[in-house]
Amino acid sequence: MGHQRLLSKIATNDKHGENSPYFDGWKAYDRNPFHPTKNPQGVIQMGLAENQLCFDLIEEWIRNNSKASICTPEGVHLFRDIANFQDYHGLPQFRKGVANFMSKARGGRVKYDPERILMSGGATGANELIMFCLADPADAFMVPTPYYPAFVRDLGWRTGVQLIPVHCDSSNNFKITREALEEAYREAKQNNINVKGLIITNPSNPLGTTLDKETLKSLVRFINEKNIHLVCDEIYAATAFTTPRFVSISEVMLEMECKKELIHIIYSLSKDMGLPGFRVGIVYSYNDDVVSCGRKMSSFGLVSSQTQHFLASLLSDEDFIDRYLEISKRRLAKRHSFFTKGLETVNIACLPSNSGLFCWMNLRRLLKEKTFEGEMKLWRVIINEVKLNVSPGSSFNCSEPGWFRVCFANMDDETVEVALKRIRAFVGRETNNGKRVELKRWKSINTNKLRLSFNSRRFDENVMSPHSPMPHSPLVRAT
Amino acid sequence: MRLLSRKATCNTHGQDSSYFLGWEEYEKNPYDKVKNPNGIIQMGLAENQLSFDLLESWLAKNPDVSGFKRDGKSIFRELALFQDYHGLPLFKKALVDFMAEIRGNKVTFDPNHMVLTAGATSANETLMFCVAEEGDAFLLPTPYYPGFDRDLKWRTGVEIVPIQCTSSNNFRITESALEQAYQDARKRNLRVKGVLVTNPSNPLGTTLSRNEFDLLVDFIKDKETMHLISDEIYSGTVFSSPSFVSVMEILKEMTPNDAAKIWNRVHVVYSLSKDLGLPGFRVGAIYSENDAVVAAATKMSSFGLVSSQTQYLLAAMLSDNKFTKKYISENQKRLRRRQRMLVTGLQKAGIKCLKSNAGLFCWVDMRHLLCSNTFEAEMELWKKIVYQVGLNISPGSSCHCSEPGWFRVCFANMSQDTLNVAMKRVKNFVTDSTGAECGSSSACFTKSFSNWVFRLSSRDHRAPEER
Repeated sequence: MGHQRLLSKIATNDKHGENSPYFDGWKAYDRNPFHPTKNPQGVIQMGLAENQLCFDLIEEWIRNNSKASICTPEGVHLFRDIANFQDYHGLPQFRKGVANFMSKARGGRVKYDPERILMSGGATGANELIMFCLADPADAFMVPTPYYPAFVRDLGWRTGVQLIPVHCDSSNNFKITREALEEAYREAKQNNINVKGLIITNPSNPLGTTLDKETLKSLVRFINEKNIHLVCDEIYAATAFTTPRFVSISEVMLEMECKKELIHIIYSLSKDMGLPGFRVGIVYSYNDDVVSCGRKMSSFGLVSSQTQHFLASLLSDEDFIDRYLEISKRRLAKRHSFFTKGLETVNIACLPSNSGLFCWMNLRRLLKEKTFEGEMKLWRVIINEVKLNVSPGSSFNCSEPGWFRVCFANMDDETVEVALKRIRAFVGRETNNGKRVELKRWKSINTNKLRLSFNSRRFDENVMSPHSPMPHSPLVRAT
Repeated sequence: MRLLSRKATCNTHGQDSSYFLGWEEYEKNPYDKVKNPNGIIQMGLAENQLSFDLLESWLAKNPDVSGFKRDGKSIFRELALFQDYHGLPLFKKALVDFMAEIRGNKVTFDPNHMVLTAGATSANETLMFCVAEEGDAFLLPTPYYPGFDRDLKWRTGVEIVPIQCTSSNNFRITESALEQAYQDARKRNLRVKGVLVTNPSNPLGTTLSRNEFDLLVDFIKDKETMHLISDEIYSGTVFSSPSFVSVMEILKEMTPNDAAKIWNRVHVVYSLSKDLGLPGFRVGAIYSENDAVVAAATKMSSFGLVSSQTQYLLAAMLSDNKFTKKYISENQKRLRRRQRMLVTGLQKAGIKCLKSNAGLFCWVDMRHLLCSNTFEAEMELWKKIVYQVGLNISPGSSCHCSEPGWFRVCFANMSQDTLNVAMKRVKNFVTDSTGAECGSSSACFTKSFSNWVFRLSSRDHRAPEER
């Protein structure tokens, strides 16, 4: 007897998206993970948008704030109250802390109401929750391409919502145009698809760019006119490291006529603070009914009260947060600059970007055929020969072949150097077929002196723990 | 075009039920021994607050865990980054061992067949998404946990059809009730995908008998697309005989032929919210031998993973076998004592309870206090108990009980002192109101009752999550 009837359609269809070929990259990494001393020829993980640059700041804070834990002698007097607390409103001080952090990440230009903050199981849970609130099965949400691959699962798997791509391309640096929106909307209507809203990621994954105010305003005008929702996934808000500065939808709302009840924000601490393991997803809605309904739904993915308590403490430390945001920004800027300049030396350009934990790398000139097949072929070479797990643009539903997302914040400086070295060697081979290439000299690094000593800090085996079907964290190895 | 989804605007979340609405009254006027001695005592909350001191003393002896350390070294960043939906192996191993220990080690569980979720709330919903869809129904014996209406039905579109159990046989599941439920579902054009039982039962506080297991197994055995889900979140609260029998034990005892028919259609739900008293930590689990269910549920758990910080703390705690052994036995002792207190206290007021051996509550028989054998009378009595006696207890109708007059009364979420106060109040109420007002105010009651229901259903309720 087949599984079809025993299990549900949802359980047996492919909409979880995990059967995609892109997981081959993960598998290659898991079979042969890079380690600076034990496996220097292994695959370097560059497909993981994690922020590993500022753990030292949080670790130091933890050492100095033992009451933030309900397990320490200083904090255990709260253990039973916290362990017992399952109110879906969430700890008031936690919500206050999150609202405050969100505001600071926006330079204090907007304030957030803690009463509108809903919890969910990470941004993954938040995105699904907002869909359950706004759309019925077979309804559609428009989403600009290229977009985060897991949106297919998060927005559509159990909800039955379909995604309508709004095509963006490199001709204008992937900006979302009114024309593209209208076209996508029109086509949906022609096919009798009920469009309930538009979802954007700002700052963008995978582009690493922020939307400018004009574009944001045009999006608001669009949804106002069509009377559809606007969901703004702002989970990379505090990763904006250089100008132009990040503009949140909340700021735009202050400057124009709009139907507030159509606007919702998705947030998380997984990227800005590098805490994906803590599962802190946030839905912030300007619509009272959505807040009310969403709060009930949050029962399915509340944040552990232990974690809420810890973060309430951390986020209420204003001085720490101010310092954290500033240092994080600086380190991201530095890493981004180092990486992109390194690529420039072999004429690899990335989309100019000001945010995110990755670059949108343009490898179009390396494609043997300017097709998606060509892109996949190049991708397999990068994985198997160059030994870097990067993400091909097609996995983000990009309309043009040749773009790759490369993460740079999930590793240490030395590993970035190794990655760059490999890329330079590869590009050198590909583009010159034996011709001598003049290497640009640049200030900081000389490839002959690549440091591979790690005595200055403890290098844990596999500091990086990919969110892949095959776990590879030291916490897994520990058993 | 409707602005929000249908799910957002319907009432299937069930939070307009009186079960959750009693909270409001409590929140407005909560009992405090010193500050508000006439306030309402919370007895509608199935929390286990009896054994926190044991957990706290464990923490005092294990300082490493608190500072995100293992062997003195910081593992903060590993935990911060750990979002693998397979869960922390150390935690899953500790959890399956704990579950086995609770079952007297008569069964063992394989960590690879376990899926971690954000609480049993999420586990139940996820399991529904895996095995059923709109147009399907699950049969549930009544009375059942009110939250199931939300957890099993709301976003999944699955229906619940009740298996009516009655006091005539102590609310045991009978073959005819099972058959009747099945027919009821068919009449409603629903495909029956299985049966879900809570064992030990909420709200009854009893464990399933072997006879009931036989009925259930017989029922699903030859219906090849039917599942049996056993919600065993109260398994560690069994404090007296008969001892707890898990559905996994039943499977183990079956002949290989029989077991082969159903092993991949039986699933267990677990949580640490009741046995360890940690509902805030959101630790739920699905256990199944069906690989496809485990695979699908694992992917779905992305929507509600357990915080790595919490997994780590509990891995350490539950790996301490000396501790878990002591905890399980001491916790059960305390529950037994507390239940005795409640039963005796109610007895003194001439009120009987269903004989129970588990859970954090008693199923109390107040039929003799009803003005009439109706649910309106039950509501009237409930209001009296909330407002006049000052106890928030849960009326049987909120648990879909088929007979009026039963109430669930919790005993493990308060101090002994407070329980004593509650018992005194009950005694006074019963002695004061023998032969008192019935029927005379029914006309105005009906009006005020419907006003009240209308008022309550239109508010956003500050209802803490609980069972």
